[in-house]
Amino acid sequence: MSGGASVALEAVTKRYGTETVVAGVSLAIPAGEFFTLLGPSGSGKTTTLSMLAGFVIPDEGRVVMGGQDMTQVPPRGRGLGMVFQNYAIFPHLNVAENVAFPLTVKGAPKAEIQARVAEALAMVKLTGFEARYARQLSGGQQQRVALARAIVAHPRIVLMDEPLGALDKNLRFHMQVEIKEIQQRLGMTAIYVTHDQEEALTMSDRIAIMDGGRIAQMGPPREVYEKPDSRFVAAFLGEANLLDVTRDGALVRGPGGGAIEAGAGQGTTLFVRPEKVTVSAAAPSGGPNQLPGQVLHASFLGNVVRYAVDVGQGATVLADAVNGPGAVLHAPGAPVTLHWRAEDSRLLAA
Amino acid sequence: MPLSRLTAWLLLAPTLLLLVLVFLVPIGWFIGGSLAELGTLSEIWEEADAVLFSGAVGGAILNTNWIAALVTLLVLLIGYPMSYALSRAKGLVFTAILLCIVLPYFTSTIVRTYAWMVLLGRNGLINQILLGIGLINEPLQLMYNRTGVIIGMTYVLLPYMVLTLYAAMKAVDQRLLQAAEGMGASPATVFLKVFMPLTLHGVIAGVLITFILALGFFVTPALMGGPGDIMIAMLIEREVELTYNWPTAALMTIVLLTVTLILYAFYARISDQGEARR
Repeated sequence: MSGGASVALEAVTKRYGTETVVAGVSLAIPAGEFFTLLGPSGSGKTTTLSMLAGFVIPDEGRVVMGGQDMTQVPPRGRGLGMVFQNYAIFPHLNVAENVAFPLTVKGAPKAEIQARVAEALAMVKLTGFEARYARQLSGGQQQRVALARAIVAHPRIVLMDEPLGALDKNLRFHMQVEIKEIQQRLGMTAIYVTHDQEEALTMSDRIAIMDGGRIAQMGPPREVYEKPDSRFVAAFLGEANLLDVTRDGALVRGPGGGAIEAGAGQGTTLFVRPEKVTVSAAAPSGGPNQLPGQVLHASFLGNVVRYAVDVGQGATVLADAVNGPGAVLHAPGAPVTLHWRAEDSRLLAA
Repeated sequence: MPLSRLTAWLLLAPTLLLLVLVFLVPIGWFIGGSLAELGTLSEIWEEADAVLFSGAVGGAILNTNWIAALVTLLVLLIGYPMSYALSRAKGLVFTAILLCIVLPYFTSTIVRTYAWMVLLGRNGLINQILLGIGLINEPLQLMYNRTGVIIGMTYVLLPYMVLTLYAAMKAVDQRLLQAAEGMGASPATVFLKVFMPLTLHGVIAGVLITFILALGFFVTPALMGGPGDIMIAMLIEREVELTYNWPTAALMTIVLLTVTLILYAFYARISDQGEARR
């Protein structure tokens, strides 16, 4: 058990020339948390990670680890474990030597190095591969070597930069589970960068969604998924219906003029996830959050049927219906009524 | 797109034909004809034994290897940091360094050697400067001795080393260096444990190519060397041009060619491995 250390960024800013890549980012990660920086490319997540690693020194703000100011400390003084995007496995060293690298450069005793390398390789299920070279390994095995090397020195903080980006889907899922398991077993603080929202939702304790060098929203997976604060976050984390609504005094009206009640928010964009919308053949009963429409097309995905429903005024609403017991399929052209609960929707700024 | 075998051979054909006609045929003719003059195989062997282990030729062979080794070492010591700077340089600086290395090669070796003679002579620029700033009291003997040969050859051979090393260094994945740093390695450790091993095949290739070229040097030692700096190529030339002793020249040629081909075989293997590693 090595345990974790807390990590904090305090109003960190980084500029390259006139371009501000990271603009005043602050975050506090408690020890042992699995924290993910999620965002599209160019959102500043990789630069943020580089500042945590020490490869990039921020222009403003502080980097604090385990309560100590690390802002100016070079990478080698930070004692972090790192998994790099392309694994960065040394081609001139074999698996055992690669994994041993963080210990070798510290000048650890031979016996300790051997024991730790064996332990780390066992943890990533690569025992027996010690003498192989990277070119003799599959992508998944290279990933495991990178992971073993990151944890071999029992760091309190591990940084991972899109570690699964190069793997195919099945392997990704497998590795997600394994990485999470190892992180929990060792109790390390993990900071993970990805542009894959599903990966972020599966693995993280908390997610920071980055956009344009800022944190757009930060919170546990379920919270950011179900209660986005902005159109950007809503659309980035999976499918979202974003409908223009109008305000009529205290009343909010949707397309077609029906009354809308939303769980929270003030704006004029109504957010609701497709899986929160029910589709029925019955006529509207007059209550709020009911939209009559016409099925445009129905995509049969097996366990789910995804409907695109024309609700008038050029607006389309997506609704995912579970193909459960006795499920009725609505054919394209059929008139339907859509409904959702107020607490499953939010009003966002346009 | 990989070329088909036939296309590759067709594209190579003109060059191969030229090489066979102006290189392979004459050299075969020269060696075969010269050795035939000596008589039977055992007579050739006797003559070879006598010539190659005679004082003059044996000395020249030793000299040649010693000078080539020394020059190669110097070229490596100067070339490695130079290549490193080149591999890190960008834009104008890169172009400037590259031009300084490559541009002199548009002039002939003879012209460059004479230029060095102007610099290194008794009243040359270097002695003038050293005298001027009072570092020495009388001119240094920088030419017509081993020093001159070494300086001249080092200069001529430097680019081969620099360009070979540059290729190897440029191929090093910068992310590996950053990764090593991130894993706690000091700059010195990054260099010794990652950068050096990853450029080692380039070093070996550069050393071999420099050594091979140095073995066959003729103009520089002839012009800048002293009486004690006879290299084997000079001896071959003398046997052919002055004493008309072609059989002896042929025997020395075989020695030079054999050593060169063996070293070249190593060179080819190592460049292949460097290629395969990426």
